[in-house]
Amino acid sequence: MLWELFAAFAKIGLFSFGGGYAVIPLLEREIVDLHGWLSSAQTIDIIALSQMTPGPIAINLATFVGYQTAGILGAVVATLGIVAPSVLFITVGISVFRKAEGGDSLKAVLGGVKPVVIALIASAAFFITTSAGVNIKGIVIAVVVFFLANKNVHPVWLIVFSGLFGIIIY
Amino acid sequence: MEGMEEGKVKIAKGRTWRLFAGFFRIGFFTIGGGYAMIPLIQHDIVEKRKWLEDEEFLDLIALAQSLPGVITINTAVIVGYKVNGLKGAVAAALGAGLPSFLIIVLVASYFLNFRDNIYVQRFFTGARAAVVGLVLYAAFSLGKTTLRTKKSWLCFIFGLSLLLVLDVHPAVVIIVSGLLGYFFFKEEGD
Repeated sequence: MLWELFAAFAKIGLFSFGGGYAVIPLLEREIVDLHGWLSSAQTIDIIALSQMTPGPIAINLATFVGYQTAGILGAVVATLGIVAPSVLFITVGISVFRKAEGGDSLKAVLGGVKPVVIALIASAAFFITTSAGVNIKGIVIAVVVFFLANKNVHPVWLIVFSGLFGIIIY
Repeated sequence: MEGMEEGKVKIAKGRTWRLFAGFFRIGFFTIGGGYAMIPLIQHDIVEKRKWLEDEEFLDLIALAQSLPGVITINTAVIVGYKVNGLKGAVAAALGAGLPSFLIIVLVASYFLNFRDNIYVQRFFTGARAAVVGLVLYAAFSLGKTTLRTKKSWLCFIFGLSLLLVLDVHPAVVIIVSGLLGYFFFKEEGD
């Protein structure tokens, strides 16, 4: 179990590009579809919770899933799993990118990855809407949140107010 | 990448602990992760401690965002590595990750008891809808800056259809898009 946690979150760490919401499809696939550690709705709850607490979504989810499946040790193992690829990649791999040629190739690779990061984020919105039971009322909230986010309202407030609004209308 | 070429790693005593403490504080006070922490690190590392130059710092941030992994941790590892080698990298990563770890363990041990409460459930039904709005907005605002050429739109649509229509594993989609980029964008260097 511990090894499975470590491996799953190391995979998530290794293949998350662009950070934040772009990680959601990967999390869904590993945590919900492959391992069944959480339901879709539970996963999104933790993402909402992550927006209200300090720290990155991916780390928060790793800690939470690890804790729920295997207690405090599970939390440690899952969190280390998601951090390990960053540490390895940067400290070992940095010398590879030092060469100018390596830099150009990396840029070309990222030219393909960046648009797909947006596709990942867009598909995340789709997955959440369909799998976490967002109904018509929810879609109205989502639209309002979209426009308020565009007006630079901080995500914490948007989540908190939507949650309080949810208590009233649901 | 430029930031890594010039200037060697600057190792000095006493920095490891200060890196840990600095990133711990930053990790603790950044809600929403990632991009929100950049001005805080800049203040701490560049302006206060003067461990890095402004331009050097911006190059490192660009690098942190283009490598795989959690951006917050990447940033901590790169800045830590640059300031104090491997020791610095580990200290900064631990510092940045620890606050979120501690808080979630605390929340998890309480939240699991309250999850079935009707008000908590209603709260999260509303919050989930808000997440959809936030995610859509993230795609929209990133798309404005990234999807500027025909090629990038093609990559976007290609990726989206792999994900939504063919239900391909996101890791596979990333690998394929990287390969595609390697051949597609090679000449431009873009």
